[in-house]
Amino acid sequence: MEVRSPLLRVSLAVLLAALLAAPLVYKRLTHPRQSANVNDAATALARYGFHLQESAKASGIDFVHKAPTLDVKLSHIMEQVASMGAAVSIVDFDRDGWDDIYVVNSAEGSRNALYKNLGNGMFRDVAEEVGLADVNQPGTGVSMGAVWGDYDNDGYEDVFIYKWGKPELFHNDGGKHFTRVTEQAGLPKWVNANTALWLDYDNDGKLDLFLGGYYPEDVDLWHLKNTKMMPNSFEYATNGGRKYLFHNLGGGRFEEVSAKMGISSRRWTLAAVAADLRGTGYPDLFLSNDYGVSELYLNEAGKRFREAGKESGVGYAPKSGMNAAIGDILDNGHEAIYVSNISEEGVLVQGNNLWVPKPGESANKISYENMANAMGVELGGWSFGAQFGDLNNDGFLDLYLTNGNVSLDQNRSYWYDYSKVAGGNEAIISDAANWPPLDGRSLAGYQHKHVWVNDGAGQFQEVAQMVGVTDVYDGRSVALADFSNRGVLDVVVASQRAPLLLYKNTVAPGRHWIEFDLEGRHSNRSAIGAEIRVFWNGREQLQEVSGGSGFCAQNQRRLHFGLGMAAAVDRVEIRWPSGMKQTILAPAVDQIHKVQEPL
Amino acid sequence: MSQSKSALGRFFSPENRYLAPLLITTILLVSQVSFGVLESFSRTALAIATSVLFDFVLGRLVFGKYPNLASAYITGISVGILVRSPEFWPYALCAALSITSKYVLRWRGRHLWNPSNFGISAVLLLAPEYVAALSIQWGNNVWPMIVVWILGALIVYRVRRFHITFTYVVSFLAFAALRSAITGHPLLAEVAPITGPMYQLFIFFMITDPKTTVKPKWAQCLVVFLVAVVEMILRLAHNVDAPFYALGIVGPAAMAVEIWRTPKRTSQSVGAAA
Repeated sequence: MEVRSPLLRVSLAVLLAALLAAPLVYKRLTHPRQSANVNDAATALARYGFHLQESAKASGIDFVHKAPTLDVKLSHIMEQVASMGAAVSIVDFDRDGWDDIYVVNSAEGSRNALYKNLGNGMFRDVAEEVGLADVNQPGTGVSMGAVWGDYDNDGYEDVFIYKWGKPELFHNDGGKHFTRVTEQAGLPKWVNANTALWLDYDNDGKLDLFLGGYYPEDVDLWHLKNTKMMPNSFEYATNGGRKYLFHNLGGGRFEEVSAKMGISSRRWTLAAVAADLRGTGYPDLFLSNDYGVSELYLNEAGKRFREAGKESGVGYAPKSGMNAAIGDILDNGHEAIYVSNISEEGVLVQGNNLWVPKPGESANKISYENMANAMGVELGGWSFGAQFGDLNNDGFLDLYLTNGNVSLDQNRSYWYDYSKVAGGNEAIISDAANWPPLDGRSLAGYQHKHVWVNDGAGQFQEVAQMVGVTDVYDGRSVALADFSNRGVLDVVVASQRAPLLLYKNTVAPGRHWIEFDLEGRHSNRSAIGAEIRVFWNGREQLQEVSGGSGFCAQNQRRLHFGLGMAAAVDRVEIRWPSGMKQTILAPAVDQIHKVQEPL
Repeated sequence: MSQSKSALGRFFSPENRYLAPLLITTILLVSQVSFGVLESFSRTALAIATSVLFDFVLGRLVFGKYPNLASAYITGISVGILVRSPEFWPYALCAALSITSKYVLRWRGRHLWNPSNFGISAVLLLAPEYVAALSIQWGNNVWPMIVVWILGALIVYRVRRFHITFTYVVSFLAFAALRSAITGHPLLAEVAPITGPMYQLFIFFMITDPKTTVKPKWAQCLVVFLVAVVEMILRLAHNVDAPFYALGIVGPAAMAVEIWRTPKRTSQSVGAAA
């Protein structure tokens, strides 16, 4: 049947043309051309209130991450399989009041580094001196990350190093030296882990430890029995590593209680974060899983965890979860969770997830809505580590995201071959022998990073290039800390096979801040799990002391709040893990407050 | 007994326009309930609603009668499954493009492109920042795939289009072997794509679409063979969306040749009947 009316024919043709033009129009409307003033400090300070200057070398940091060389059976895809390991965590290991940087390495025999903050803008690697450098000996696996927590409440932060290999626990001997206590602690012989965190899940005042396996624990990536060690699905994989929950028994001993506590996942976990998401007083546990859906374990009064991924809405639409960070992004006393995934133009557009709690959560019910698209933090390339922090001290939490997977030949891409096999059936995808050779090609390499500034009204603006974040390394781990005790958050980024970056922050004058350094007495001494609500100028912001967040990362222990132009805080409410509540009225701003839990 | 058999026979007959919608709905529901494959139900619902609405309005406007909405429903549901985007608008846009193309890109009363193939190819080409095609498995084991393949094969057999699916699958596998020989990549790597759900929709619903396939059986087989040829070339050029573009190139060309070779009056009467 023909369309006979010429007018109708023309109208239909115009309609089709308009529909075809719609994506272009949408792009123009949603991505207006950026200003040409790229990376100009004065402009950035005026427009966004802060500017970041990469200063690692100038600060005495010359660390370059090295990747592992795994079994020769994986040589054809080595860079893709050995694409993780760069990780950074922040600690004041010697209690001198200046935050230090621990960064791990991943080549066999390579050395981890502990950069002591000298308090004058300079850092010095003291890892060898204190006994934390030589932890990647051949045959023991290699480091994937480290988390700090004072498990014996002696006042000094101890460190747990998780590896593709033998996990290690080191006791901090008064900030002078570290003693290996792995065997006494009862840790497993081999775990291929990419996440761990300290938490006190039963609020008994002693820090417990969560450890998330990625590859199964019976896989030795240097001595493979066969090549069938890859995930059995790109988005529904359940053949990953087991999870461990170590209950702190005291005396440096731990008991593995994951099964007893209801944590039985075999998903490919890449990130975890613990926080009291429902106001129960107990930390819940959120897992970001690669090749699958995220999981949310609700803490039932420290007695058991109950998986509530689907019930809460986070357990649908499987993606490639690689990050878990929490932040009260709307200054409303509720914490959102940011999960990074993969987005590659025309190939795989998963989009990152920003799980914002729906109104009306209670101890019995919590549900989330993914607001990443609506709030403008969805597309971040092959996204890895991200952290929330108020980078410009305007009183709203901003978001720093690093990304990039494998940067080799910039002109040749592995994406087609990757996507070809990734969509294959279990029998195909799970066998590394079926994966086409990488052959020097890049897979989502040389990506620009994202720094999203929160306008406080539900929108984030991408400003990375304008505020000085111009690196295109294969970023993995991001940690935020106020290294100079001047009330601004600097950014440390560990990238795979690349130098450690230290972005020093300059914030526009006139913006106020307040920081809190907590010490538990009934609660665990690190105060992990403590909540602080700062009330000022009719606003409220919630933050929680974390034992690890992001991707293989840990921010400074101290909590930092930007206050904008407000020169006063009405009050601060602290809820300690012990349940004790403390209120501080009108604390002075522009200061670091050291607060001990009342006895 | 014979009555029941007859009812069953009628149900599984080529004349039953609701057979395909029923199959695709079953696939959708089972896969979503079992594995949660969709970006969200709401996005798929948006695609279906847009598709049905556009067909309803354009059908009335252009031909002065309300169309049977079964085909718009299939288009919408195909878009809802095959398009992967965290945004909502690509689902509506793709469905709208698909249906509009059916009314605009016509020659001698027949539309040239398979509607959903046109729509999906267009959004993949024009909005790659926001859209990708379904490229993952449904679940992580082989059983859902086998069930869908058997069910799909039985139905296309009943509606007398099995030869199309069969020719394409055999051609794909042969070209996978050829690609493997050319690239040196494992054969299973080249076979991998066809084991995914995207191809299940492609081979059972898209390439067999009665409205956009040529009439003689031998020509139908030739066309899907040529689709596989073009797809192989695109794959060698590392095109991720090769099957959609291959069908988008070969399908309308074949239709154009057939329409051109068919006397005008006959062609129009065929189009009117369809």
